[in-house]
Amino acid sequence: MHLHRAAAVALRHYYLLRGSLARFLPLFAWVAIDMVLWGFMSRYLNTVTSQEYNFVPVLLGAVLLWDFFIRVMQGVTMVFFEDVWSRNFLNMFASPLTISEYLGGLVLSSIATSTLGLLVMLVLASTVFGLSFAAYGVLFVPFLLVLFLFGIALGIFGCALVLRLGPASEWFVWPIPALLSPFAGVFYPLSTLPAWMQAVSHLLPPSYVFEGMRTLAAGGAFQVSTLLWGAGLAVVEILLACAFFTRVHRQAVRTGLIARYSAESVS
Amino acid sequence: MRAMVTVGRADVPKVLSVAKLRKEYGGKAAVEGVSFEVGRGEIVGLLGPNGAGKTTTINMVLGVLQPTSGTIHIQDLDLAAQRSAALALTNFAAVYSPLPGNLSVYQNLRVFGLIYGVKSLGARIAELLEQFDLVKYRDVKCGVLSSGEQTRVALAKAMLNRPHLLLLDEPTASLDPATARDIRARIREFAARDTGGVLWTSHNMYEVEEVCDRVLFLARGRVLLEGNPRTLPGEHGQASLEELFITVAREPLALEQR
Repeated sequence: MHLHRAAAVALRHYYLLRGSLARFLPLFAWVAIDMVLWGFMSRYLNTVTSQEYNFVPVLLGAVLLWDFFIRVMQGVTMVFFEDVWSRNFLNMFASPLTISEYLGGLVLSSIATSTLGLLVMLVLASTVFGLSFAAYGVLFVPFLLVLFLFGIALGIFGCALVLRLGPASEWFVWPIPALLSPFAGVFYPLSTLPAWMQAVSHLLPPSYVFEGMRTLAAGGAFQVSTLLWGAGLAVVEILLACAFFTRVHRQAVRTGLIARYSAESVS
Repeated sequence: MRAMVTVGRADVPKVLSVAKLRKEYGGKAAVEGVSFEVGRGEIVGLLGPNGAGKTTTINMVLGVLQPTSGTIHIQDLDLAAQRSAALALTNFAAVYSPLPGNLSVYQNLRVFGLIYGVKSLGARIAELLEQFDLVKYRDVKCGVLSSGEQTRVALAKAMLNRPHLLLLDEPTASLDPATARDIRARIREFAARDTGGVLWTSHNMYEVEEVCDRVLFLARGRVLLEGNPRTLPGEHGQASLEELFITVAREPLALEQR
């Protein structure tokens, strides 16, 4: 793997972000709005419910973590969509760039863009709404890591889906986080869900993060091994997503889809 | 006019060797048993009517379309087995594949220069901007350039890595005659000065005759004729390359039987 080629993919996105307010602003504007909305919601709930229960670390913290996961996923897919929108596949894939270098470039770019969103959320949540990360302890970092890994996996899966089904299918990708959120238990314990939904939840690394986050916020003890299981699951899902993308790309080269992608001529 | 190169000369090092290339879609062959070579310093024209298999062949050489059978070697590298290394020696410009219009000329050249692993990239970009008369457009977005300027940018990108094999799919399509002549001169200069060979497709027979050392006529996915564009028409009883092209397009079977 040549890092300069992966860096080229990320550099292209940096140039686009630098030159376009419409691309740069969404990196932090929507998550900032979410922090404000859910920050006030948490404050209000604190005033109408039991004095001992603090909604800020549970509700606002959950929104922060879930938004971070979405930013990571979209950080990957947005770079890929830029190639779709500018009809750049032939230039990219008829070059020495390998699949791992291309995906590496998407990940590099996502690290930069999601970090910016995270920083804005952390500053807003802690300074304006008093979210204390001490409530989660040192596990806050592994929580972020697991969500980051799953965001990468889902982002690569989304790119493969659009490569396989054509440009219009990007609308399948945008709602994926909303589709998963009921199963991930972002706002409630997994025990709230029926058994079949819990079975799905156990395949989703974020569900381990949000269970842990709630346990720690309530002052309980959380098994690190449970989080390790979530991290392992996320790594396996990244490998599966990469394998899926590679398979879809191979098929696209076999059928000629890459060369006439915008025509949506190959189903 | 360029010095003539003997067809398939054995002593010219080959930058591209295509052997028994076949591509079929749903059992129907788009390209069938195509074999040819491009030598160093040679400009080879790939001619044929629409749907003859030219772009399919070029896409296979570019590694974006997998052949059903046959082999492609760029220099000594097997494209199927050493794709990335082989494509690092290649570059291309095609009228249907413009560079992203939302990046400036410099940004596009920088991104693709990194992808192709160009050494001393800043100096190489400056050299190409000068060579293709693009200095004043350095920071202009490619999408707002005229088609002639965009073609020059595409050619600058195609020459970033000093490719051993340069593929040009209708590089002068939709250009005015003066710009087209300018582009042809630059490509001839590349073939004469650098160590690369060029595979060129065009529907402009005047330019093919002026630029190409050798031509291959494709019809219905097969190589029908091969030879010197200046002598080939006479060898087949035609007055000009354009007449020969029309015959290939309308009556390929008549030529096959000769």
